[in-house]
Amino acid sequence: MPAQSIWTLLSWGPDGWSDDIASGVLVTIVLALATLPIGLTIGFFVAFAKQHEEPSLRLAANIYTTVFRGLPELVTLFLFFFGMPLLLQYLVRLFNPNATIDVNSFIAGMIVLSLIFSSYASEVFLSAFRAIPKGQYEGGYAIGLSKWQTMRLIILPQLIRIAFPGLENCWLSLLKDTSLVSVVNLAETLRQSGVAARVTKHAFLFYSVAALIFLALAILSSIATGHILRHLGRRAVR
Amino acid sequence: MSVSQTIVVDKPPPLARGWPRARIVGYALVGVWILFGLGIVAYLVYAWNPEFFARYAPAYLQGLGTTLSLVSISMVLGALFSLPVAYGRMSKNWILSGLAYCYVYFFRGTPLLVQTYLVYYGVGSFRPELETVGLWWFFREAFYCGVFAFSLNTAAYQAEILRGAIESVPRGQWEGAASLGLHKLQTLRKVVLPQAIIVALRPYGNELILMIKASAIVAIITVYDLMGNAKLAYAKSFDIQAYIWVAIVYLVMVEILRHGVEWIERRITVHLHR
Repeated sequence: MPAQSIWTLLSWGPDGWSDDIASGVLVTIVLALATLPIGLTIGFFVAFAKQHEEPSLRLAANIYTTVFRGLPELVTLFLFFFGMPLLLQYLVRLFNPNATIDVNSFIAGMIVLSLIFSSYASEVFLSAFRAIPKGQYEGGYAIGLSKWQTMRLIILPQLIRIAFPGLENCWLSLLKDTSLVSVVNLAETLRQSGVAARVTKHAFLFYSVAALIFLALAILSSIATGHILRHLGRRAVR
Repeated sequence: MSVSQTIVVDKPPPLARGWPRARIVGYALVGVWILFGLGIVAYLVYAWNPEFFARYAPAYLQGLGTTLSLVSISMVLGALFSLPVAYGRMSKNWILSGLAYCYVYFFRGTPLLVQTYLVYYGVGSFRPELETVGLWWFFREAFYCGVFAFSLNTAAYQAEILRGAIESVPRGQWEGAASLGLHKLQTLRKVVLPQAIIVALRPYGNELILMIKASAIVAIITVYDLMGNAKLAYAKSFDIQAYIWVAIVYLVMVEILRHGVEWIERRITVHLHR
């Protein structure tokens, strides 16, 4: 077989690998975007619990962050990917003795990345909570807002603005952590590049492509967050 | 003239009595964690298998050694290499600073897993060329490739930590030292670094913790570190306790380090507290 030129390898279509890698990029983006809202929500509530006056809530939230920030991402992923089917199977078999459970690697990746992202985001939210003076809450109560209304109308808008730069960092590391899910056979960017590398024996080329794609995603997200930040800043001035 | 100095101390409000909603939720969540912990302990007791232990415990210990040596070698090499990078980042020469910026951006913007693959599979695919240069022995070993990728990666992060710490020391400190007749190196050693270390300690500690956690990645390129041995044990026995034990070991290591860093920080900032 004649050696193919790298441009054929990188072309779109049956001879090239661009279409395969592009589908992988799509999976990476979808995975990261699907994780983001879940992680942000959990992270917010964990931070809320961490600054609550009730000690038992603080304890529960601190255990959460200690565990998921202390475990390597890969270990958490493997524990869930291999451990969850066992646990679910055990539970399901109490009702239906011959059921089998398989965990989708996308779902497993999403759960694990949400756990990790939320434990890092909670630290960011926590320091944002601490940056908001107590008078803001008291002002809210003084004009007759309920606890929930104060949180939603007064605290949350300020919180997001303060936490935004920190959350941007969390998002960038989430984007990078999605590459770990390739290890449990999810066909995302790195996995697809790896397949291309193995088939064509051009490992350096295809792993460089993967690296450049992640770099491009990082640059794109910093452009996007720059826009959002300017938008937030304008609202603050008005 | 006497000024009555009554210090008003803000006492924390007394805790609510009875069972407010937050307390019910809090107790429930702590209960869930306790159940979870007990479940894992119960599982480990139930699945206790002396054979498993006799077979894999020595391998785990060896893996722990590999992990620790990988992390410490990479941290030291990374620290050495971060010096020129940090110098480049702070340099006024735009070529130097541009190069250093690109280096840092690349290694912080791409996943460590990709960088590791790029070194192990990517550079390793140029075998004939490497053999002629005489570097094949290095890139053949997965462990060396891991050390290489990790050192480059951590150098980028450490350069940023170093730069941030040095720039956090006000300019007046440099000028004051210059007016006392200290030259640049003396200023750096005797005036700037002692102040910069206080700022840099926590990020360096975090970087060390991140490296220990990230080192699990080398298991994928066939290095038998802690995680690699867990993978092997799981593949042979299909026993999930292979991963539970390894998780406990990592968690203990990270917690020890985290508290160690906090302890050192308390010690070196004694003069700042009253």
